[in-house]
Amino acid sequence: MSGPSNVPPSFSDRVSGTGPQQLLHSRHPVQNQNSSSSTGLRLPSNKKTIYDRNLNRSRNAELGRASFAFLFMEMVSYAQNRVKGIQELEKRLNEQGHPLGLKLLDLLLYRSTPAGSSSSSSSAQAARPLRVLPLLTLLTTKLYPLLFSRPADSLEQSTTNPGEYMIIDNTPLTNQFISVPKDMSQLSCAAFVAGIIEGVCDGAGFESRVTSHNHATDVWPNRTVFLVKFENHVLERERELERAGIK
Amino acid sequence: MSYYFVIISPTDSPLFEHTFGTSKAGGDGVARFRNGETSRYMNQFIVHASLDVVEEVQWLNNNMYLKHIDTYPPTNSHISCFLAGTNVRFLLLHQPSTAPTTSSSNRSSTISSTSVPHNPTSPQTEEAIKQFMNEVFEIWVKTLMSPFYRIGMHIKSPIFRQRVSAAGRKWL
Repeated sequence: MSGPSNVPPSFSDRVSGTGPQQLLHSRHPVQNQNSSSSTGLRLPSNKKTIYDRNLNRSRNAELGRASFAFLFMEMVSYAQNRVKGIQELEKRLNEQGHPLGLKLLDLLLYRSTPAGSSSSSSSAQAARPLRVLPLLTLLTTKLYPLLFSRPADSLEQSTTNPGEYMIIDNTPLTNQFISVPKDMSQLSCAAFVAGIIEGVCDGAGFESRVTSHNHATDVWPNRTVFLVKFENHVLERERELERAGIK
Repeated sequence: MSYYFVIISPTDSPLFEHTFGTSKAGGDGVARFRNGETSRYMNQFIVHASLDVVEEVQWLNNNMYLKHIDTYPPTNSHISCFLAGTNVRFLLLHQPSTAPTTSSSNRSSTISSTSVPHNPTSPQTEEAIKQFMNEVFEIWVKTLMSPFYRIGMHIKSPIFRQRVSAAGRKWL
């Protein structure tokens, strides 16, 4: 950093962090410098960083359906151009949703604290989900409203496999404007939402595989089932916790 | 009281470290660890050793703040833990500035036996640490909301550091 012999002077001024004076001449002629500028951090013109924003400001804000549809369409076509089959495409959409789920989990927990629900802080605390049922309720009654402004339509447990749960959405937003060609009828673009759900589960320590499946009915042509399949060690822990009487 | 605060990722690597001293009761905000120079690596070592305790407690208690979880008697270090959603752990090592005295009639212990800087296990300390952790959690969620941040990345933002030290000054 501080070896400026073969570096053009204006550049070395900037990277060597020699203080506000030189920065003043080389880069920001009029801006009032503060201490963080000398570390090479550039602030937006209004001096507001992400740390100055209130986390509840966008709590009830909604995004236009059209803009979501446009962005999502681009995501699907981007993924489609880079894959060979339907499964790979779904996997790719799933992977795009996964990091989002990891981040949303902390936001959900934050918003269930007193500080996050825009009242002044009190002694009540947010609860991390320890058992499968609180986690699934978190998904259907907290995550779903955050994403789509409504709870999921239903939550069911598989009768054949104990570690499988189904979250059912009659009108998934991701499939609303997508007409799937006949030869790709297996494809469910809600794999993106499945990825978000999987991210929340994984983040909370419930390793799982979440897949989305089309289960159209006459009334709901876009009805989608998200199959949540927990890993064996999660189920083992679930049994342990049940024995210990932890809710 | 001297503090060492660390954020540990789900894969047990430190994402953010901050060392500071108390600002309450005339403290100057400078950490003075009993173990001197070795504290730089000893603190990391002690904190990582307490992760085992965290793993024992985290499935029995659904609170995010797990309170005081571990003690390392040789340096009189106490460790408090806060669990964020994605198994990211906020650990705070605190070390009282005065040596533990055997006689309870000692002058310094009678003056400030309940104040935050001196008694690491009093309810007041627990409450102060909880407020500190909640404030850091808010800053952490803001970091997460940055589209350029992925879980497991080091937190390099100087503003994050400023905010954490401000929270430390405010509560501890």
